Amino acid sequence: MAYSEKVIDHYENPRNVGKLDDKSDKVGTGMVGAPACGDVMRLQIQVSDEGVIEDARFKTYGCGSAIASSSLATEWMKGKTLDQASEIKNTDIAEELALPPVKIHCSVLAEDAIKAAIDDYRTKHGES
Amino acid sequence: MSLEGEHNKGCVINRFRDFRHFICPYNSDLYSFGMSGIVVDLTKNFFELFQLPVGFQVDQALLSERYRELQKSVHPDRFAGEDERQQRLAVQYAAYVNEGLETLKSPLNRSLYLLELAGRPVDLENNTVMDTIFLMEQMELREAVSEIREHQDPESELERLMAQVNQIMADYQSEFASLWQKGGEASLEQAAAVVQKMQFMVKLSAEMEQLEAELLGD
Repeated sequence: MAYSEKVIDHYENPRNVGKLDDKSDKVGTGMVGAPACGDVMRLQIQVSDEGVIEDARFKTYGCGSAIASSSLATEWMKGKTLDQASEIKNTDIAEELALPPVKIHCSVLAEDAIKAAIDDYRTKHGES
Repeated sequence: MSLEGEHNKGCVINRFRDFRHFICPYNSDLYSFGMSGIVVDLTKNFFELFQLPVGFQVDQALLSERYRELQKSVHPDRFAGEDERQQRLAVQYAAYVNEGLETLKSPLNRSLYLLELAGRPVDLENNTVMDTIFLMEQMELREAVSEIREHQDPESELERLMAQVNQIMADYQSEFASLWQKGGEASLEQAAAVVQKMQFMVKLSAEMEQLEAELLGD
């Protein structure tokens, strides 16, 4: 199966790979996994006092589509408020990366990771 | 109604597995097939087919023995002189027996199959695991595996990690076995969660085996 150019670009030059201090008040961490393919994804956000995502990092063990989906997710999240970021949909990610049907679940995983990171941040701040 | 619609409505095989590549026995009124008094009966589940008790513990020696018997009775070579339909059926029934072996031999496949039989199939596609402690452990293992090549003694580090993963897998298997034995809605739900964790470990094992082959080939 051929990957799209955008997937290959993110796979070869992943944006924002790394780790933020998950103990920090400003950081929210989302961890998700997909049993079907064994992929594991960690997505973290650092949120400013104004409630804007100022940094986002990820680490993904999985196929090229999973790496590209999480890489793109961190790119999109930066500069957004938590509410704006929570509106990112897997279908947007899948469309941007031109994922084939069998790889749609990778974008679902990225959306779940975004939500988990936001939830973690909000839980830390007693918001949910 | 189309043949396929009819098939899906009445076909006993579809109770358990997706066997669309089969000729529908519903249409041919033929559910069993074989020679020498041993027949492969498609209305039976794989445990019944191999005459083994339904459960997580499977006697592997007995499984291999039954497999040889069943395979002998439907092997396509034995139908070489028969008509085309018989030959085609032999191929399909032999495939069914092989599928049974693959299902009962592997602890992961066996667990998935048991949950299917219990009416609680695990949805593999649309499923996100959120158990943070498990995922952190999985992430650490993945990190360790990805750094093996930079390790001062890659082969013994790989061996250490393989032993660790095998131990975790063995723990999941006994956890599954006891939950299965206990039965009941809540236990089966927990068992399904254990099976999902097994899937990550099986995937990780496969990756480590590939790495081992690469290291030995270097």
